[in-house]
Amino acid sequence: METIILFAPLIGALICGFGYGIIGEKPAQWTATCLLLLAAFLSWIVFFAHDGEMHRIQILRWIESGSLSTDWAIRLDRLTAIMLVVVTTVSSLVHLYSFGYMSHDAHFKDDEPYRPRFFAYLSFFTFAMLMLVTSDNLVQMFFGWEGVGVASYLLIGFYYRKPSANAAAIKAFVVNRVGDFGFALAIFAIFFLVDSINFDTVFAAAPEMAETQMTFLWRDWNAIEVVCLLLFIGAMGKSAQLLLHTWLPDAMEGPTPVSALIHAATMVTAGVFLVCRMSPLMEFAPNATAFVTFIGASTAFFAATVGLVQNDIKRVIAYSTCSQLGYMFVAAGVGVYSAAMFHLFTHAFFKAMLFLGAGSIIHGMHHEQDMRNYGGLKDKFPYTFWAMMIGTLAITGVGIPLTHIGFAGFLSKDAVIESAWGGQTGVATYAFWMLVIAAAFTSFYSWRLMFMTFYGPQKGDKHTHDHAHESPTIMTAPLGVLAIGAVFAGMVWYGPFFGSHEKVTTWFGIPHQAEASEEAGGDHGEETASAEGGSAEDNAAASESAEGSGEGDGTETALAGPAPGEGAIYMHPDNHVLDEAHHAPVWVKVSPFVAMLVGFLLAFQMYIRRPDLPGKLAANQPILYRFLLNKWYFDEIYNAVFVRPARSLGGFLWRRGDGGVIDGGINGLAMGIVPFFTRLAGRAQSGYLFHYAFAMVLGIAVLITLMTLAGGAQ
Amino acid sequence: MTSADFSVILPEITLALLAMLGLIVAVYTGKDRLAPVILWATAAVLVLLAGWIGLSGGETRTAFGGMFVDDAFARFAKVTLLLAAAAVLLMSEEYMARRDLLRFEYPLLVALASVGMMVMVSAGDLIAMYMGLELQSLALYVVASLRRESPKSTEAGLKYFVLGSLSSGLLLYGASLTYGFAGTTEFEGIVRAVSAGDNIPLGLLFGLVFVSAGVAFKVSAAPFHMWTPDVYEGSPTPVTAFFATAPKVAAMAMFARILHDAFGGVVGDWQQIVALLAVASMFLGAIAAIGQTNIKRLMAYSSINHMGFALMGLAGGGAFGVQAMLVYMAIYVVMNVGTFAFILSMEKDGQPVTDIKALNMYSRTEPLKALAVMVLMFSMAGVPPLVGFFGKFYVLRAAVDAGLGWLAVLGVIASVIAAFYYLRIIFYMYFGEEGDGLDRSSSPVLWGMLMVSAAMMVFGVVNLFGIEGPAAAAAATLVD
Repeated sequence: METIILFAPLIGALICGFGYGIIGEKPAQWTATCLLLLAAFLSWIVFFAHDGEMHRIQILRWIESGSLSTDWAIRLDRLTAIMLVVVTTVSSLVHLYSFGYMSHDAHFKDDEPYRPRFFAYLSFFTFAMLMLVTSDNLVQMFFGWEGVGVASYLLIGFYYRKPSANAAAIKAFVVNRVGDFGFALAIFAIFFLVDSINFDTVFAAAPEMAETQMTFLWRDWNAIEVVCLLLFIGAMGKSAQLLLHTWLPDAMEGPTPVSALIHAATMVTAGVFLVCRMSPLMEFAPNATAFVTFIGASTAFFAATVGLVQNDIKRVIAYSTCSQLGYMFVAAGVGVYSAAMFHLFTHAFFKAMLFLGAGSIIHGMHHEQDMRNYGGLKDKFPYTFWAMMIGTLAITGVGIPLTHIGFAGFLSKDAVIESAWGGQTGVATYAFWMLVIAAAFTSFYSWRLMFMTFYGPQKGDKHTHDHAHESPTIMTAPLGVLAIGAVFAGMVWYGPFFGSHEKVTTWFGIPHQAEASEEAGGDHGEETASAEGGSAEDNAAASESAEGSGEGDGTETALAGPAPGEGAIYMHPDNHVLDEAHHAPVWVKVSPFVAMLVGFLLAFQMYIRRPDLPGKLAANQPILYRFLLNKWYFDEIYNAVFVRPARSLGGFLWRRGDGGVIDGGINGLAMGIVPFFTRLAGRAQSGYLFHYAFAMVLGIAVLITLMTLAGGAQ
Repeated sequence: MTSADFSVILPEITLALLAMLGLIVAVYTGKDRLAPVILWATAAVLVLLAGWIGLSGGETRTAFGGMFVDDAFARFAKVTLLLAAAAVLLMSEEYMARRDLLRFEYPLLVALASVGMMVMVSAGDLIAMYMGLELQSLALYVVASLRRESPKSTEAGLKYFVLGSLSSGLLLYGASLTYGFAGTTEFEGIVRAVSAGDNIPLGLLFGLVFVSAGVAFKVSAAPFHMWTPDVYEGSPTPVTAFFATAPKVAAMAMFARILHDAFGGVVGDWQQIVALLAVASMFLGAIAAIGQTNIKRLMAYSSINHMGFALMGLAGGGAFGVQAMLVYMAIYVVMNVGTFAFILSMEKDGQPVTDIKALNMYSRTEPLKALAVMVLMFSMAGVPPLVGFFGKFYVLRAAVDAGLGWLAVLGVIASVIAAFYYLRIIFYMYFGEEGDGLDRSSSPVLWGMLMVSAAMMVFGVVNLFGIEGPAAAAAATLVD
């Protein structure tokens, strides 16, 4: 079954991409879509039937070279099951949606076969993404990692007649390459240290790696810190974290379904998935995870500030994505991987829905994307309006405080924020405050989007407004399905993802702690206990608190944890952040809700009651406004520091080095010197006998001279 | 003069007698009407002789007191040149007949020239060598001016004759110097005199230079090449084809024999001369050909260039150098036979065409022939994996092995320059402008020669048709 899930999209992509000439465009598109719907259906079965145990489904023997020996296999555990559902569901809905969205396109002539090409790329992307999430070793993961990169490149540059789309595609590829370099180095380092790339072996070696030093660049480092840092650099590239985030907003040049699928729900979360998958390593690298937390929090804050002032509807959502990814990294960084996955899971639903809703509006408004030209669209787009409203309620985190009732974002985001508070280190506290502020900003820009689009007077081109129309059912139906997820995903799965230590461990297949202490107590447990003797009080406190949470038999907590690699995620025995988060004070638990309210009221004030305020504010604070509008000038700085020097060096080597020296030399020789001698030889060939005879005599004179001077004769 | 002597020289005697017999028969009977028959008969005899010589084998035998040598080296050269002569004769028939040039003397002159060449490669004495050389040259002077009514043809014959005389004079002067200092004309005696002591008389080396100059003229090595383009252009094309093949093999083999048999003791001295000739020929052949639009003149420069490469093998000294030279010459002959088979078929409205621009878009009208020509051109340029590349590879290796790295480098540069005009022909055939195409000729002999030659260039890469072994054996007998 898992094999069918994995290969159905690939078969769909091949049939659709190469076979549309034989079976026709429409059947090709339906083939790809139906195969994905099948994959999605099977994924849900797998998801519900999964017992938390890790299953390994071997596909073939893959690499056998020296000490490197690895299979191509599906690693099916809770992480994989979650990702399977997310990827195939969103992908199949996006496939359906694309029937409507791509039916007519101003960038292509109607007889061009761009539609099957689009569907083939989508299916190919899905296959690569599934490869990534089902991988059983690092190289297999890297294969999927690069596969989604290629698909992303192809889809961002789908409108290849548009120079800006091509530039964006190249930018995405190049920036990702920086991250991929880090990931590749991490794989090399792991292979160097462990002599294996299989997850099981690598995870089992994590405690050992934590004791190892390795030389990297100019000095010795703790091996596992270096590896985790490099892994995270890879994740930063793919997940558009600060410093490597610049490609994501530009990637909005691609068609909107692509933005929904790749740049909101799936590919960009691959980095989060990577960190969670590598949790057995991450848990041993406190400095690297602190860095993860720091970058995640900073990204969440930075992207939210930029989102406040953007006018392009897709860019607002893109920065929102960037910001939400930051949330996930904070959760993973402080060690609550389940919360990270929870937010990833819910975010996939509501963010895909926001994007598809935006796409619906763009489609109905004849590809107008500037929100300043929207306004009053509530009646023109009734279904889309309600979908967007649900999405906004979900992302801003509306719910009833101190209960577990609310939209998906309310539960998952609060879980992340509480986790950040539970981290209790300096970085975690920084992250907590950043996230709370970012939550207010999130609320503000989300409502701003809603108010500018659906309320107020109609602005912009009247003609466009007159012809604006609600999208066909095939586009609104996926919105409905996603809306269900956006409303209920949080409430239904709160327990297993974040509810209590017990539920989480069962859900992720981490061996029950009592059993684990029996199993692993002999070696690992004692080691931990003796080595970390100082933390005994902490342990006791933790077990008390676990007991206090009233969730059953948490009394034996943390004397000995399971060994790394058992279970989908790993939490170090000393990692009590999850429990700390549960015991956060009331003000911490309420703070995101308050932040949401503040953001909503501000937006309401500025865009409904006093629509003149934003303009005045921008005029009063020109420096701040421009700073935000220009995205903190990251693009400009990169341009000046990296792009332009590289270009000028390339230009120099090209014009001077290649063009001047090499081409010039060859051309001068071939077009100047050789023809000169050719003419000379032609002139010597005069046709006169005496010239010829003279040449012969001259020749013999030269030979005689040579023989006399240089020959053996004295 | 014993019967043993005659048994050694029997192939040459046979061919000479048959040629004279044919002459007498034809004069007293049908004259030119018999020409086709004589041509075919001559070709057949040449092929039979090649087979006879090739299969005879055996030890090295000498006759007439060392004046005539029959060894593996001579046999290799003879087989090559006889087959080349036969092939050219067969290619000539239709062309000559159509232009009313098919006189009965033509095949007989070719036969006599072949006798001269056979003597050249078997000579063990300066006198015998000169006799063979002159026999060959006299026949060639005549065939060059075979088209008597054409001023160009007669001019070619005359130029060749006058310059040939000059070169004969140089050669004879060198021979007399050698005789004066060595006291003998026999190669064995000369080599004894040369290796006698440390002090080799300067006169002997001067003799070597003059003899070399005379032979260089025959192989058209620069700067003794000046006659080549004019004679190639002026002579009837079949004669040009003959000039380009058999005599080159004979002269090159004779050069190798003189250098090794007579002057084997001063390899270091003649190496420089030969290397200089090689460099000059390679570069002149490469550079001067670029300006040519007449394919016959182009082929003249091409053969100068190729002779430079063959000389490079010879300059390597030693057995491997000789082997490389023999392999190179064999490949060269095959390529030239194919190419000239094609040139002979170049016609427009029944008239022969020699302008390479006439090949524009030839691939449209005759794709298969164009493909064959392309193969030949690539092979001549030395593009792997065709056989021509292995020829060049052999001589380059010979030069490198002999410590003449600089010579090999120059050779590679020259071959890059030379590639230009070979590629230009391919360019015209495949990417040229549309224009009046050539006639679609349908001579089966020419077509067959072209195809066989091209096919050999492709399939020869397997083992070069096994010529390496015989060439190595031939080189071993020459260089002790």
